[in-house]
Amino acid sequence: MKKNESYEEFVKGIWRDNPVFVQVLGMCPMLAVTNSAINAIAMGMASMFVLVGSSFLVSLFRHVIPKQVRISCFIIIIATFVTIADYTLLALVPGVHKELGAFIPLIVANCLILGRQEAFASRYPTRLAVMDALGMAGGFMLALFSLGAVREILGDGALFGFRLFSENFEPWIVMILPPGGFLTLGVILLFFNWFKYKKDEFLADVAEAERSGS
Amino acid sequence: MSTEALKQSPAPSSLRLVMTLAIAGLVSGVAIIGIYESTLPTITANKARELREAVFKVLPDDVSAMQPLVYRDGTFMTVEEPEKDEPVVYGGYDEQGDFVGYAMPGAGPGFQDTIALLYGYLPGEKKVVGMEILESRETPGLGDKIYKDADFVAEFSDLSVEPEIVALKKGTTTQPNHVDAITGATISAKAVVRIINETHVAWAEKLPAPGTEPPFEGEPADNGTAQ
Repeated sequence: MKKNESYEEFVKGIWRDNPVFVQVLGMCPMLAVTNSAINAIAMGMASMFVLVGSSFLVSLFRHVIPKQVRISCFIIIIATFVTIADYTLLALVPGVHKELGAFIPLIVANCLILGRQEAFASRYPTRLAVMDALGMAGGFMLALFSLGAVREILGDGALFGFRLFSENFEPWIVMILPPGGFLTLGVILLFFNWFKYKKDEFLADVAEAERSGS
Repeated sequence: MSTEALKQSPAPSSLRLVMTLAIAGLVSGVAIIGIYESTLPTITANKARELREAVFKVLPDDVSAMQPLVYRDGTFMTVEEPEKDEPVVYGGYDEQGDFVGYAMPGAGPGFQDTIALLYGYLPGEKKVVGMEILESRETPGLGDKIYKDADFVAEFSDLSVEPEIVALKKGTTTQPNHVDAITGATISAKAVVRIINETHVAWAEKLPAPGTEPPFEGEPADNGTAQ
């Protein structure tokens, strides 16, 4: 097994196949809990814990679980990890748990997590499955954080609770309300697609230049 | 993962399917019980500490001990642990064990969802002396001013409940029972006032006459951290 392989599985989730910006998965927590950077990070950490734990177990037991009941087994595994995350957050950081509210239990229903079990963890060796999970969760966290940071800076004039502007700054309250989530996500997706378009254009130009040069 | 585990037959028996799910469920159940049992003490302690801090926050500074008080069978009394969903108020006592005031929990509909709050009440002077929002999902930036706006919270630090608290437009308050509502969050501000009024009316008949409150029982140091 090549060393590059696991690195590749890790990186694809962060950028090329980013679960939010490219696959457009996990929209529910994406829009709901990104009204501040700290909430976004907490949600990202909880999802990462659940995704990595589930991928590890699913991959480990992939030859034992009969395929007829695989989805039920995935859900049992995911739900167990979600419950563990829920109680741990409640015990350690009750303030953050209160902010995230129902969205912690709802990680069970995040299609990103079930999707990775079905598409990847149940077919590949444990090491690759864990790398894939880390990459996807990292990409999810990156996306949550970029949305959370933009919304908190514009909507509250702060980042992680630290004031960034003077008292004269009038916060755009709409940014921390639900419409702000849609607006920010729309702008970021626009950027991602524009970037992809420009890259394809550039690659086409290079290919053209090479052809005419040779 | 070099040694490949048993290959799956094309159609595993039903027994195998049932057993797989049963074992998965069993392991999952044990894991959940484990995490529940291990985090429960911390969670209960956190809740008790939060409540304790809130009670001391809404009552005057000389309060150093508290105990839960309930109204059962026509008498107002001290209990070790209130029953689930039983209405309860918290008596605040000073260092000598003398009664100072009540911390009264109340809840009611706000603009978005239930607002739960706690307010300090001195029965002798019929005054609200502090208010703390325990739970609210009011609109960020507007309705959340009911706990983020220090001026609004300060309105409840010396407020008469006779005949009842009234929320008025900012600048038009004249009487000791008037509260400045919040511009842009009138519904949330009025909800807070309504919850306090309703809680006050609900308890008015049940509270004992000023001066005859139940005495403090137990050690000041560890009381209140109900387990």
